[in-house]
Amino acid sequence: MLKDKACIVGIGETPYCRKPGSGLSEMAIQLKAAVAAIEDAGLKASQIDGILPFPNLGKAEALAASLGCANLRFAATIHMGGAAPVASLRAAALAVASGAADYVLVPAGWNGFSGARVRETTTQDLDSIPGGAIARDFYMPFGLTAPPQWYALMARRHMHEYGTTHEQLGAVALAMRKHANLNPAAVMHSKPLTMADYLASMMIADPYKLLDCCLETDGAAAFVVTSAERARDLKQKPIYVMGAAASQPYPADEITNRKDLHQVGLSIAAPEAFRMAGIQHSDVDFAEIYDCFTFEVIQQIEEAGFCKRGEGGAFVENGGIELGGRLPVNTHGGLLSHAHSLGLGHLVEAVRQLRGECGPRQVKDAEIGVVTGWGDFGDGSIAILRR
Amino acid sequence: MTETTYDKPLPRMDGLSKEFYDWCAKGELRFQRCKCCGAWRHVPRDICAECSSFDWEWALSSGRGTVFTWTVVARALHPAFGTSTPYAPVVVELEGGVRLLTQLTDVAPDALKIGMPVQVDFKSVTPEITLPYFRRA
Repeated sequence: MLKDKACIVGIGETPYCRKPGSGLSEMAIQLKAAVAAIEDAGLKASQIDGILPFPNLGKAEALAASLGCANLRFAATIHMGGAAPVASLRAAALAVASGAADYVLVPAGWNGFSGARVRETTTQDLDSIPGGAIARDFYMPFGLTAPPQWYALMARRHMHEYGTTHEQLGAVALAMRKHANLNPAAVMHSKPLTMADYLASMMIADPYKLLDCCLETDGAAAFVVTSAERARDLKQKPIYVMGAAASQPYPADEITNRKDLHQVGLSIAAPEAFRMAGIQHSDVDFAEIYDCFTFEVIQQIEEAGFCKRGEGGAFVENGGIELGGRLPVNTHGGLLSHAHSLGLGHLVEAVRQLRGECGPRQVKDAEIGVVTGWGDFGDGSIAILRR
Repeated sequence: MTETTYDKPLPRMDGLSKEFYDWCAKGELRFQRCKCCGAWRHVPRDICAECSSFDWEWALSSGRGTVFTWTVVARALHPAFGTSTPYAPVVVELEGGVRLLTQLTDVAPDALKIGMPVQVDFKSVTPEITLPYFRRA
């Protein structure tokens, strides 16, 4: 049983930006975030003996060499795209709980704005994801080339089966923007958004409009995990991993032939994480949900079990996921309005909430938070954290 | 009229993908069907996920199905589709149960409906490659 055996003890982040870009390499921004996380924990970089890099954004060998980690004992990459940071937290927790490593670093960062752009997905890019060859041979010839288009197929079907509306997708975008306006570090801070603005934004891949899509930004974040015993001696109040799990849809490498199109990785991972944590959904004070696109928030709220399938649209309306609502979601502004931190920023925000460091966007008396990740063709990960 | 070369992404013609598209070039939509348990499958794979049998055949599909879901791409996210917008990648569910990603040749994106009956409509795009598009049935 992994419950409460591992803690997040350090977090670090660079600023996020669009123009003019970070001006640094993707390795350099990740090292900045890593050093900040290690210092936050009160550790020396040489004490890190486990590193879990994000898929295709750096090798453990290079990170270890730069940081002076001469005793690297545990290195792996979880190939789950945006679900990787939370899945890496799970792997890090397993490692420190078993003694495979003492202090595990999980970094992620990229020049998502100034570097190679996600929006220009090419055949070569697809080679790097698990379903890439299938996409190349069976999706791309018909113009299904990029993530918003893949997930739009799921969103459209959900709208057909459950009557989910554009306005409900818009409620997600508005909630994220509202939170970003309470967070000076958010790229969309001081840029208010109305439903009229949302509905008027240009169509990208129906039902996704521009304002249903996450930002593309430069920046990096990192966290450090250690065992509960070691955490007691460190600088910060430990944030405990109560439950963590990661899973995949079936088949994970092909979207169209799923018997149940709405069953994703989180559908399997969430019940496992809640069982491990031994809590109810009503015990959760806030959730940081991987919001690559608005519908994925609705879908993950359902599949994580916060409401029944088909009820996610109503759940997010009328302030349901805003601060003060029944489940505040993405209190930092999320990928939609804070920055595209590859999902690692969601974990950083959860730790800040549980430490009580969030100022005007603080969830009052936050004790338990849920963080999810979503990646590739619907891989999912979830962590349940407590202070 | 100037002759234009086909500049959109093409399948890599090797292995089971090549076999699938070679049948398309002959005007036949065929999917793998397990010779042990009879289960159809797409995309092509070496083994039946239902019964683990390696024994299979390329079985002829009726080519008839219905629209299962779709998206309308209004802003191309691949340079080769920049002048094709708006266009609609569509998932068709075929008789026999498999689904495939395609486009419809004769239905405007704003006329798409889930459940719409469709029929395969092959489109030869290069001398070697024919793609299984669909049209209204």
